[in-house]
Amino acid sequence: MAKFTKKKDGDLPAVSTASLPDIVFMLLFFFMTVTTMKDSSLLVENTLPNASEIKKLEKKDRVIYIYVGKPTQEYQKVFGTEPRIQLNDKFASVDEVGSYILAERAKKPQELQNVLTTALKVDKNASMGLITDIKQQLREVNALKVNYTTYEGDAFNNLQ
Amino acid sequence: MPRRKGAPEVNAGSMADIAFLLLIFFLVTTTIETDAGLDRMLPPIEPPEEDVIIKQKNIFTVNINRNGQLLVEDNLMDLKNLREAAVSFLENNADGSCNYCKGKKNPESSDNPSKAIISLKNDRETKYSTYITVQNELVGAYNDLRNREAQRLYGRDFTKMEAEYLNPETPSSVRDDLKDKVKRIQDMFPQKLSEAETTTN
Repeated sequence: MAKFTKKKDGDLPAVSTASLPDIVFMLLFFFMTVTTMKDSSLLVENTLPNASEIKKLEKKDRVIYIYVGKPTQEYQKVFGTEPRIQLNDKFASVDEVGSYILAERAKKPQELQNVLTTALKVDKNASMGLITDIKQQLREVNALKVNYTTYEGDAFNNLQ
Repeated sequence: MPRRKGAPEVNAGSMADIAFLLLIFFLVTTTIETDAGLDRMLPPIEPPEEDVIIKQKNIFTVNINRNGQLLVEDNLMDLKNLREAAVSFLENNADGSCNYCKGKKNPESSDNPSKAIISLKNDRETKYSTYITVQNELVGAYNDLRNREAQRLYGRDFTKMEAEYLNPETPSSVRDDLKDKVKRIQDMFPQKLSEAETTTN
């Protein structure tokens, strides 16, 4: 008889997986937004000095970074302990700064090329000689807007 | 009589809406950290076409030696007094053309704020942190004066106005309004901070 073909009452319906893509996308987007892209790992010590009269660097796409500092422990055997310049993810000499700026500038869209800022992330124990050389290089390629990146704090803490 | 089903299926149609709601929530609340620092302009490499003659009294020379000591206008000075000295130089107003200055009108010091130039020199061996501290104090001197005038004219700090003006999230109507005010204060005390080439001796 037909009545015997009826389903058993205790059988659960399959859980709908239609929303699974949504959950996955949500997670994906979440991680996409909170992750800050670290375009280069630091090869140099980079403890920035403090300053109080600072301005925020808005618009990351208009910034070119230059790192200066003592090579970190693992690189000290090869590169010594004198402060060095890091461009992207490798050490560079002073003469390469100019061409690096020009190359980075060429990568940016046309309308941004005149409003670029060079952020100098310099370790507080570096000496000014190297910075002066970098500044001279920047002047030669006409990258005149610089930002000495610092932490916010009392500037007199630097002197200790 | 209709056949009885098992448990009814849960409607998943609104799941996407919930997901998007959460997504937008995180999008709005997450702030990506921004770097901050001292903004400076380097002098262009081509020398100006005609030589500008600047009177010695309009230049405020600051020299930093390799030990981090300061020589300001040929006198040894403590870093803590630098800001005050720079402020009194900038608003000295010897020729009396600046009606908002509160300077001493010392004839040996700067004529007016638009002529006053601060010249910063450093040694190759100077530590970067000392240099930044000096830069910070000199920028601070300008900011102190600008804040004072902004307080008098608009009842708020110049630095706050400028930060709001530069912030891309500020609505453009507010920004247009701020633009003139910021410009006016900047013209009252134009920032003339020259970074001469380093001495090697």
